[in-house]
Amino acid sequence: MTIATQRRPGCWANRPAYALCLLLAGPVHAVQPDEILPDPALEARARAISGDIRCPVCQGESIDDSNAPISRDLRLIIRERLLAGDSDREVIDYIVARYGEFVLYNPRAEGSNLILWLAGPALFLAAVAVAVAAQRGRKVPEAPLSEAEEARLRDILKE
Amino acid sequence: MIIEFGHFAVILALMVAVVQATLPLWGAQRADVRLMAIAGPAALIQLGLVAVAFAVLTWAFVASDFSLAVVVANSHTDKPLLYKISGVWGNHEGSLLLWVLILAVYGAAVALWGGNLPDRLRARVLAVQGMIGVAFLAFMLLTSNPFWRLAMPPLNGEDLNPLLQDPGLAFHPPFLYLGYVGLSMAFSFAIAALIEGRVDAAWGRWVRPWTLAAWIFLTIGIGLGSWWAYYELGWGGFWFWDPVENASLTPWLLAIALLHSAIVVEKRESLKAWTILLAILAFGFSLIGTFIVRSGVITSVHAFANDPERGVFILMILAVFTGGALLLFAARAGVMEAKGVFGVVSRESALIANNILLAVSAFVVFIGTIWPLVAELLLDRSVSVGEPFFNAAFTPFVVGLALILPPGAMLAWKRGTLSRGLVSLLPALGLSLALAALAYAMQTGRTALGPIGLGLGAWVLFGALTDLWSRTGREGGAARLARLGRLPRADWGKAVAHGGLGVTIFAVSAMLAWKIEDIRVVEIGETFPLGAYEVRLDDVREVEGPNYLSTMGEMTVFQNGGVVTTLTPEKRVYPVAAMPTTEAAIAYGFWRDLYIVLGDRQQSGGWAVRSYVEPFANWLWAGCLLMALGGAISLSDRRFRVAVGARKVPAGVPAE
Repeated sequence: MTIATQRRPGCWANRPAYALCLLLAGPVHAVQPDEILPDPALEARARAISGDIRCPVCQGESIDDSNAPISRDLRLIIRERLLAGDSDREVIDYIVARYGEFVLYNPRAEGSNLILWLAGPALFLAAVAVAVAAQRGRKVPEAPLSEAEEARLRDILKE
Repeated sequence: MIIEFGHFAVILALMVAVVQATLPLWGAQRADVRLMAIAGPAALIQLGLVAVAFAVLTWAFVASDFSLAVVVANSHTDKPLLYKISGVWGNHEGSLLLWVLILAVYGAAVALWGGNLPDRLRARVLAVQGMIGVAFLAFMLLTSNPFWRLAMPPLNGEDLNPLLQDPGLAFHPPFLYLGYVGLSMAFSFAIAALIEGRVDAAWGRWVRPWTLAAWIFLTIGIGLGSWWAYYELGWGGFWFWDPVENASLTPWLLAIALLHSAIVVEKRESLKAWTILLAILAFGFSLIGTFIVRSGVITSVHAFANDPERGVFILMILAVFTGGALLLFAARAGVMEAKGVFGVVSRESALIANNILLAVSAFVVFIGTIWPLVAELLLDRSVSVGEPFFNAAFTPFVVGLALILPPGAMLAWKRGTLSRGLVSLLPALGLSLALAALAYAMQTGRTALGPIGLGLGAWVLFGALTDLWSRTGREGGAARLARLGRLPRADWGKAVAHGGLGVTIFAVSAMLAWKIEDIRVVEIGETFPLGAYEVRLDDVREVEGPNYLSTMGEMTVFQNGGVVTTLTPEKRVYPVAAMPTTEAAIAYGFWRDLYIVLGDRQQSGGWAVRSYVEPFANWLWAGCLLMALGGAISLSDRRFRVAVGARKVPAGVPAE
């Protein structure tokens, strides 16, 4: 979120881009009542899918939130495919085949995208390894005496 | 004439910053007291000059001086005064001036209240601040001058983006900048310590209040932005994982890590090199955030090409400061050796775990943000990274952090026992599990997200309370209660901030898990159900505002036959900017918000209406405020006040 001038659309922030979409599309709202499927289970699946598909012409908005006409078309396509009996994966493949993987908000863990997905866990493991190695290499403060040792200490002191 | 005065002040400020960046540094190297003494007055003069420039620009906005390009682009005579003023920083050039002003404020604060710092450290800190000032003042004058005049001034302006004409957003940037720029203090202290080759407990104590202050502002700034998105954008979302938001989240996470590792430096003289590195990274990521926001490079590679000059300049600033700092770090880090030794089970280890989790989560946010750019430039692959990625890759580290927080915060320094802390945490653990189970039993057909979030949030909150209670000793209840009030403020600050995190974790998961949504066409006079409520659309009217036209719906909300509230959602059009916005109507409540958005008139005659029940929405903002409040309480602790006020820091300081 940030400052923006509306004269330079898309220059700094997504918010003005949102406004730009509004400007292009006119004041309509994201999901329209007439789009909603009568079957709540199918509609829930459609919403879940469209929440993860990026609007191709706006910046940083899913087609579920976007007001652009193309987003509406995509939402309708998703519902058509679902009604035709496609699985979620098939619907997504259908859209990716037409609009490219750019529209996927959930980048597939395939090929070079594996770097993205594994970077965090790899860094975590490396950090833990470094911390453990550093701890091992460090002098550990002496442990308090065990009970047997304390008993012996008492004996020695008594003597 | 007044405008030229402001312009001239900026040029003078640049000259003063050059002096501040060089002579004291030279003086510190040669132990020349006179040269070092220049730093303080130079910082104060710089503040004076930048303040003059800022006042001039504010005057230009208030008086609607349309001979200034930036005023034309972002203001209008009909705009309310508040938004004329916030228009000063509601654009690139003016916000840069605010950035520099805040930088100068921090520099002057060190000059005025840094009396307890050793002369050399103070001179070097101020010199590094001066260098940052030089870089950004030059950036402003060369690429983004707010005092640029138009040869042919128009009669009126083009108005500020209506989305930004909002009280929440008017104050969002100043807070955010106070945070971003505040981290430059930690950076300057780190560089000064590296030049000096010495980091000790005192350094840890000096750097902590500045970092804490920056973090408090950053927390409030991010919270305000999130709140604004929630009520203004019209679908009740509060976080979108967009690059600009992520740019503020990374330094926030690193600042938390820095706060905690600086404690280890202060108490135990360990983790010195790591703390220095964190200070460099935290500010480095603030700069990266500035770069991302200013250049538009992440949202679109083409936006970068539109304004390559600015992007390249910031990239250079970034490279010089972080690159230079990291080189210095590589050369000097070996000098700093750890004194305190500690066992595997100890507060130190817990704080190391905290730092690993925070740093890795910041890294995940960062790589998710820049990955589309990397993939496009290097791999020729056009990808997007959004909420599903961050939910999957970021959340586990936050969950890990929340799990270890309560026991970790109660461990003894140097060598602790896990069992003692865990036993006193048993009630908190039981209560959290019971709450999670209760939530699971009460909800129908939903995911485990809500119960897990409730359990986790409760664990952190009750853990913080247990920690606070455990500090009151072992006597009877009355004596302990009496002692509660006399605990050091740092203890209270810790408990409040940690409790705030618990509340935030709970609220985020509750809003994600238990939100109710309803989208439908409603005829005037029609009533429809929404969760436990019934909503009636009474009327839709046209209303005229000061600089906009509005279509306003009037709705009444009922529960069990009684009226709960009336709501007036609006659709506005700002004619000057030719831009429509939606104004959601929100009935704020302790347990839930009712959130209604008016859509378009349908051809069939009714109106599209989207309604939401947002559970525990206010708890999210309260959680953010609690975290910031905890920081503020901690900042007011006697130890810091003593450290600021007196030349000599007393020994035997109470626990943090």
